[in-house]
Amino acid sequence: MLNIFKELVYSSGVVNLTAGNIFMWLIAFVLLYLAIKKQYEPLLLLPISFGILVVNLPLTFLMEPEHGLIWFFYHYGIEMDIIPPLIFLGLGAMIDFGPLIANPKTLLLGAGAQVGLYVTFFAALLFGFDLKEAASIGIIGGADGPTTIYLGSKLAPHMLGATAVSAYAYMALVPIIQPPIMRLLTSEQERKIDMGKMRPVSRLQKIIFPVLTAMIVMLLAPPSAPLIAMLMLGNLFRESGVVERLTNASSNELMNIVTIFQGLSVGATMTATVFLNPKVLFVFFLGLFAFTVSTATGLLMAKFMNLFLKNKINPLIGAAGVSAVPMAARCVHKVGSEANRRNYLLMHAMGPNVAGVIGTVAAAAIFLKNLG
Amino acid sequence: MAELTSPIAGKVWKIMVAVGDKVEMDDELIILEALKMETPVYSEESGTVSAIMIKEGDPINEGDILISIG
Repeated sequence: MLNIFKELVYSSGVVNLTAGNIFMWLIAFVLLYLAIKKQYEPLLLLPISFGILVVNLPLTFLMEPEHGLIWFFYHYGIEMDIIPPLIFLGLGAMIDFGPLIANPKTLLLGAGAQVGLYVTFFAALLFGFDLKEAASIGIIGGADGPTTIYLGSKLAPHMLGATAVSAYAYMALVPIIQPPIMRLLTSEQERKIDMGKMRPVSRLQKIIFPVLTAMIVMLLAPPSAPLIAMLMLGNLFRESGVVERLTNASSNELMNIVTIFQGLSVGATMTATVFLNPKVLFVFFLGLFAFTVSTATGLLMAKFMNLFLKNKINPLIGAAGVSAVPMAARCVHKVGSEANRRNYLLMHAMGPNVAGVIGTVAAAAIFLKNLG
Repeated sequence: MAELTSPIAGKVWKIMVAVGDKVEMDDELIILEALKMETPVYSEESGTVSAIMIKEGDPINEGDILISIG
């Protein structure tokens, strides 16, 4: 009788709890709070935080290779690179590339705002991370969740939880992180620049764009293929106007389904033993650094372009070159309208914003090609 | 007679005035919604609202006429 009782106690999770597990619960609770109460990226943070919680309940073996439920989600969804490209399909079906087509020079801003990513790559190397780890930290500066996960799962899966959570956290914090940098690096006069009306874009141009971009980007950077091919296919669905059902399926149902598996799997990589080590926690600091530098270089790139442009652009839109669609564009609009309330920068900022997505994928492809 | 046009593509969120209302330059007349963000549109002159061309919930393009002020 006593033995049965003893066995019951020892096979329960409670006695196998570690302090680390409990600390991870706290992290999960904080993220849950941010997701539910503050609505910071709730679609992602909610499943992520629940993933963190359940994987830190001992003896559940949810992430046990070949056995655990969430391990199967992780293995087939993330490790085999199925989910991030499917999310890109949905993004493509949602994104209007019109502002980029109307003003192609904003592509340069999307590229300018990737500088933080390379700077952070080298900074991470200095701090003792290896090449692959450094690349998956640097990519946080691109402020693009699926790309961060895609690269991280290939190069440094042991840090995936940290890199993914910091990418999503900083995207949610765009309205707090970016404005001070924007005000610091631009003058009141510059922020007041009104960019006027946007050039209208024809349907034909919008249809040609995804086809042409897919070809050019994949020819130049073949490892970007899974992400770019799906992104542009989704966009072609949208702009063709003839497959509304596929557009809706990609951007709603499919997107929602894979988001659940992605969030849960990423959260579940964060067991106490893997996550609670100073090196991994340092990722959050470097991620913030990457994000800050990218914002700054986007702004500076815009100011640099203004030296040559007759019709000056509002340098604020450079900050939208970090992807974070559409949070960064909204933020630009807000700071711009504070300086001049008749300033409607939202759509102008969407140009560099969507260009930033392409820029981040290209950067990930370069890392993969050289390190993968 | 002046026409107020939409500075941005999106949806009409709220109309703050009615036909016959007196408005001043810089008054907030309409709130648009684009990319899940509310964006106010301000009056460009003082006068009386003579017609409202849109209703709440309408999708609009950049340059569409919203209201006229006589």
